[in-house]
Amino acid sequence: MRYCIQIAGVGGQGVLLASNVLGHAAMASGYSLAMSEVHGMAQRGGSVLSTLRFGDEALSPLEAAGQADLLLGFEPVETYRMLHLANEDTHIVMNLQPTVPVKVSMGAEEYPPIDDLVSNIRSVTDRLTTLNATELAIKAGKAVAANAALIGAVAGVKDLPIDRSLLEETLLEMVPARFKEINAKAFQLGYETVRQ
Amino acid sequence: MDKLLDDSGRLLVLGNEAIVRGCIEAGVAFASTYPGTPSSEIGNTLQKIGHEAGVYFEFSTNEKVAVEAASAAAASGVRAFTFMKHVGINVAADPIMTLAYSGVDGGMVILTADDPSAHSSQNEQDNRYYALLSLLPMFEPSTPAEAKEMVKEAFRVSEELKSPVFFRTTTRINHARGVIELSPPEKEPAKGRFEKDACRFVNIPAFARMNRIKLLERNEAARRISENSKYNTVEGEGQVGVITSSVAYTYAKEWMEDVSILKLGMTNPLPEDMIADFIRDKDMVVVVEELEPFLEDQVLRIARQNGIGTPVFGKRTGHMPRAFEYDPDVISSIGIVPVRAGKEPLKPPAMALPSRPPMLCAGCPHRATFYALKKAVGKKDAVYSTDIGCYTLGIQPPFETADFLLCMGGSVGAAGGFSAVTDQKVVAIIGDSTFFHTGVPPLMNATFNGHSFVLVIVDNRATAMTGHQPHPGTGRSYGGRETEALPIEPLVRACGVDYVRTIDPVDVKGTNKAFKEALEHEGVAVIVSQAPCPLELKKRRALVISTYTVDQEKCVKCHHCVEALACTAFYRVGEEVRIDPDLCIGCGVCAEVCPRGAMGVVE
Repeated sequence: MRYCIQIAGVGGQGVLLASNVLGHAAMASGYSLAMSEVHGMAQRGGSVLSTLRFGDEALSPLEAAGQADLLLGFEPVETYRMLHLANEDTHIVMNLQPTVPVKVSMGAEEYPPIDDLVSNIRSVTDRLTTLNATELAIKAGKAVAANAALIGAVAGVKDLPIDRSLLEETLLEMVPARFKEINAKAFQLGYETVRQ
Repeated sequence: MDKLLDDSGRLLVLGNEAIVRGCIEAGVAFASTYPGTPSSEIGNTLQKIGHEAGVYFEFSTNEKVAVEAASAAAASGVRAFTFMKHVGINVAADPIMTLAYSGVDGGMVILTADDPSAHSSQNEQDNRYYALLSLLPMFEPSTPAEAKEMVKEAFRVSEELKSPVFFRTTTRINHARGVIELSPPEKEPAKGRFEKDACRFVNIPAFARMNRIKLLERNEAARRISENSKYNTVEGEGQVGVITSSVAYTYAKEWMEDVSILKLGMTNPLPEDMIADFIRDKDMVVVVEELEPFLEDQVLRIARQNGIGTPVFGKRTGHMPRAFEYDPDVISSIGIVPVRAGKEPLKPPAMALPSRPPMLCAGCPHRATFYALKKAVGKKDAVYSTDIGCYTLGIQPPFETADFLLCMGGSVGAAGGFSAVTDQKVVAIIGDSTFFHTGVPPLMNATFNGHSFVLVIVDNRATAMTGHQPHPGTGRSYGGRETEALPIEPLVRACGVDYVRTIDPVDVKGTNKAFKEALEHEGVAVIVSQAPCPLELKKRRALVISTYTVDQEKCVKCHHCVEALACTAFYRVGEEVRIDPDLCIGCGVCAEVCPRGAMGVVE
């Protein structure tokens, strides 16, 4: 068995925390595991990608194009940028909340309509699930729990070889104690969105 | 206690953390660095746990100092570890080349963190050649778990040969994450004692010539170790041979089919007999290595010397790329080796996506400095000579305050050159940590040789880009020792500069005025633009956050703020400029630049 999760987002969004939670849960599930992360200059608001590979034997920290089993997109444009990592069987979970680049604010570039991004993805795959993680997190109690909603969404993906409760426990161990309840709630809301 | 200090158990860790654990298990007593990606987290981890593990650890002012100090520690019989990014080795090359002649008593490992694809660097130089140049042994791990074990082996080999040893990683080792198995330390850090031996440690010409012979003998002894090293191994069977090392091994291992792989973990000196035996009866050999044909050229030489005609494919034959890091897709596209089949990647409709280069953070004081600087320069023909740090991001519009960049400290030296041969206004920009690193000698050079330029020292009280490490100017205690801040202004004056002003960039008008005056000054004018990095304050929980908002009634939609200041916290909805309350830290610079006073604090 071999499973690959690609996580795309913007530096500062919590991609590292999410990949760390998923990695620890994969390790606790007894899998061999290899991951890669983006640190340094690229973290200053730039595009970031974390790769997580686990299974019977995983050595390489990177995966080939098109071989992701799950693409988790923290941001719509960044998800679209990384679609070549997916194939038509890949589950794609995408956060609809945009993070607008400065060049767009300055009027030098344009951010495409979210609906266009979604419909263009749907034109090549029927495995896209969308959610607004920020809204779910606010519903759970605090916007910073958007991360937890996205990890909950991952837990809801069909055939994910990591147990839902193990993933939740791992997440709750890694967040500050005072935010545990909010994170648990956001996790549940994310999970339900994907399960529906 | 940090989990990395446990003596048993399994941990999921960053490659850099695995390396620290390897050092602890090896009983390292001394460690030094100057921070640089992708090696930075080694220092951050040692800063956190080194003291508790009994390791003396220092952030040295630059890599040359780090190596010199580690050399003395190893010459005194303790195990010493010094680490830096690839270009840091250039700075430290001078002591390394002669230390190779002296050798060491305690084990010494010099880590070079190379950065294929230049993720966070100005070039992608291949530092394996430093091992050839200095005749020092070199180890290269392929995964975090292997890195931890290999650090210990590197120290054993270093002590056996009495020679420093290179340990080369790449970004995909440093920033990979993997599972390590903890084991108890082999030895405990102990106090050293320096035994005098001028013949070894003082390389005057007569001794250097003797030591040159000994160095060549050590190099031959190292080759014999390499022939039998447990890190040089053959895996799998097949008539197609693959010779590989570092992270490229993991791609070859997982994607190539029906090949026999010679995995090289000790890559200098190469195990020449082993390589000859490996390639002799193969139908063909492919060399899979990132960057330069370091292994490939030596394999070709070994084949020739052994009269072996096996075809060798790689970069010299055009089958493997020489630029940028490898990944599984590079392996899959070689075309001459069978590879694991994969699924077809999605081909979504082409869309124009906005770019997302790294940017100065919301509330970054550099943004305020650049805003005032650009305004002061106005339409003058100016050259911006910049340096290595967050402020290099000034290359982005609307600032474009980066016209020339070479290396750490390079801004000041280059400014002298521009000043000597052009009539343009010259502005050099350097960070506080970079100024201490290698910015001081070129400043003395400038006053000595009568250059004329404005030097802006953007002093944000930290080595910010690499993770806010302390430096001589921060006065921040770390690793169990108290430090006092070394003030920049007196240092600048001591370099012969009469014109020095320290300003707070958040005071936009005052800053602008200071730049205007400095630009009129003949000779060297230094502006120290001092404001702490908000991210560093945030880490220490010392940041008092307030949030600004735009009063849309007062706002005349001139968009001066987004066009000229371009804070990342701004976003636009139609003509309206708004401020993202999650990103705004309340620096208040936008309120200063708004011509209508439309920005205000949310009560």
